[in-house]
Amino acid sequence: MKISPQRVEMARQEPKVRIKNFNEVALGYTEEQAQEEAERCLQCKKAPCTKACPVEIDIPGFIARIVNKDYQGAIRQIKEANLLPAMCGRVCPQEGLCEKACTLSKKFEPVAIGRLERFVADWEFRKGNPERSTLPPYTGKRVAVIGSGPAGLACAGDLARFGYKVTIFEALHKPGGVLVYGIPEFRLPKAIVEQEVNYIKSLGVEVKTGYVIGKIYTLDELFSQGYSAIFIGIGAGLPKFMGITGENLNGVYSANEFLTRTNLMKAYLFPEYDTPIKIGRRVAVVGGGNVAMDASRTALRLGAAKVFNIYRRSRQEMPARVEEVQNAQDEGVELKFLTNPIRILGNKEGWTTAIECIRMELGEPDESGRCRPVPVKGSEYTIEVDVVVMAIGAGANPLLPSATPDLKLNKWGYIVADETTGKTSKEGVWAGGDIVSGSATVISAMACGRSSAKAIHQYLMERSKRSKMRVS
Amino acid sequence: MYEILDKKELAPLVKEFLISCPEIARKAQPGQFVVVRIDERGERIPLTIADYNRDKGTIAIVVQEAGKSTYRLGELNSGDRILDVIGPLGIPTRVENRGTVACVGGGVGIPPVYPVARGFRQVGNKIVSIIGARTKELVIWEERITSVSDELHITTDDGSYGLKGFVSDELKRLIGEGKKLGLVFAVGPTLMMRAVSEVTRPYKLRTVVSLNPIMVDATGMCGACRVNVGGKTKFVCVDGPDFDAHQVDFDQLLSRQRIYLQEEKKALQSYDLLHRHGKLK
Repeated sequence: MKISPQRVEMARQEPKVRIKNFNEVALGYTEEQAQEEAERCLQCKKAPCTKACPVEIDIPGFIARIVNKDYQGAIRQIKEANLLPAMCGRVCPQEGLCEKACTLSKKFEPVAIGRLERFVADWEFRKGNPERSTLPPYTGKRVAVIGSGPAGLACAGDLARFGYKVTIFEALHKPGGVLVYGIPEFRLPKAIVEQEVNYIKSLGVEVKTGYVIGKIYTLDELFSQGYSAIFIGIGAGLPKFMGITGENLNGVYSANEFLTRTNLMKAYLFPEYDTPIKIGRRVAVVGGGNVAMDASRTALRLGAAKVFNIYRRSRQEMPARVEEVQNAQDEGVELKFLTNPIRILGNKEGWTTAIECIRMELGEPDESGRCRPVPVKGSEYTIEVDVVVMAIGAGANPLLPSATPDLKLNKWGYIVADETTGKTSKEGVWAGGDIVSGSATVISAMACGRSSAKAIHQYLMERSKRSKMRVS
Repeated sequence: MYEILDKKELAPLVKEFLISCPEIARKAQPGQFVVVRIDERGERIPLTIADYNRDKGTIAIVVQEAGKSTYRLGELNSGDRILDVIGPLGIPTRVENRGTVACVGGGVGIPPVYPVARGFRQVGNKIVSIIGARTKELVIWEERITSVSDELHITTDDGSYGLKGFVSDELKRLIGEGKKLGLVFAVGPTLMMRAVSEVTRPYKLRTVVSLNPIMVDATGMCGACRVNVGGKTKFVCVDGPDFDAHQVDFDQLLSRQRIYLQEEKKALQSYDLLHRHGKLK
């Protein structure tokens, strides 16, 4: 059979239509499309795709089941490695991971692994009543997980499957972390997050929302409440600003605030929902990552007439997924490369009126391997805007670490943890995801959650073995 | 869900709620706050913990109805349940022995002064309380403040109760008369806190204010509450809410508190309209 060089396209909302709503842009494969795409898989014995997957999903295995129309089998196969497939199918950067490793990609477009993962996950939810993995008998031990983002959910799910009673403590009022406050509805519908969280709950995991650990309880208090181990997956929830003049003017947002108001608080439904947001007429979003793309596209949907995305390097250096940059461009976001803000201008009443920028050129590569942007003297110019969103990354939120003096941090405030297990300097405490690595991806956070779950399991088994020996 | 055990109307548009939340009550310290979300559509409203009772597992909050969210909160009654009460948040007030502490509260800023005054008194301070409001009926919690004060001064803008004038005027008078104060702690409208700060500045008298900017998550994640303190940007939710008054850029704070005035008006109008047509209970 001749393999089609191109992958099967996935239907999307047209740009003109989608910028007027917050509904999901990518609409997913039909069964026929999934069949056609699944048949492109070469079923490589060595499965380079699986090796490239941070959680090592048996990719040829689940695709073979799609070919055989055994969708239940396919989703079961995925869930052995990944309990959040509907999310990962949507937001995982497959083009840099499994799909990059796909043998087909040497000559053709790689198999659309992410779209197929999404297809089977959605198939199961549409069918309803997702199959639950069988749980081993209860070990009699409880584990606390702090944070219900991708790291925490993955860790909790695996611990439940090892036989532990897990309680997730979430500071916000809804579980999901960045999946609910950060990633917009049009990229990851909140109903999908809820479904996947419900699946984790169906494994016996308890989720307590509105619990700010470090304030309501310290880690030591959790131990004294009977938790035998703790996993910290609190993300990198500290917004960064540039430190330029005018950043505290009205109309200047951190991406975290802009997205939290819109996604978590549903400001796009104001005043039906109570939380407002400033809808800019002309909006500048600063930054070149996925968050910057999310903020730019959100600003458009809220009703901005013009959105500029300001990035100090060029398109090649952008950390955002190519697909997201394309989406933003298709929707009319004006990308201003090699441009860096130097100050934000405001009026007497404290409102943002413009952003002053300077043109940049690329110099020698810096320590990140990307070319260092250098300002071009005398190239300053201003863009008239009334809203500015700073999407230049996030740092470590010090709230929990500062309440836990015996937890070792690095000089940037991230938790120091063993690279493979996530073990921290504090006995019985593991950590993973962005609070250890700094801002990274959903899937890498999940991988950390999983390896810590394994390490916690080992630790608790050894401990109970030792205490049994002591008894005898 | 958190049950409202008691509701009192302290003054027109000013309501006190006693809420059952044992875990928060057990941990609360003077100066801390909670975030309240009424229901699925509600805002996250930051409110100072005005009192807490660890044995009974309750906290008290006092709310002035000013916008849609606080109106909606004000409509709740004893027996109703609030979807989320999150806390205790913020760094507790640093309670230490400074000899005599002036506790200054204005309007709905009076109740939050109560646990702080109580805390300062417990460690041996003499408490001089100055409370005030626009008019007599808005002077609330007088009894409770009296119970933790060695001296109480009351002011009203219109002179209908106590001395005519502002709390800052009374503070100025006391200092001018030679009252020895080790610390001034003030809570109230931002303009009032600024006025207090200006009174004590020439004396280099240590003054702490509890700021109340707009917040969203209140855990340091969004930066909505940022304020310039001593030339540095601070997040009130995690770095405060207490700050050295003489370092606070009150003008910026005032400006940032006005960000959503238009939206708040719009929300209130559509809410009023629903009310008038009897579409709400």
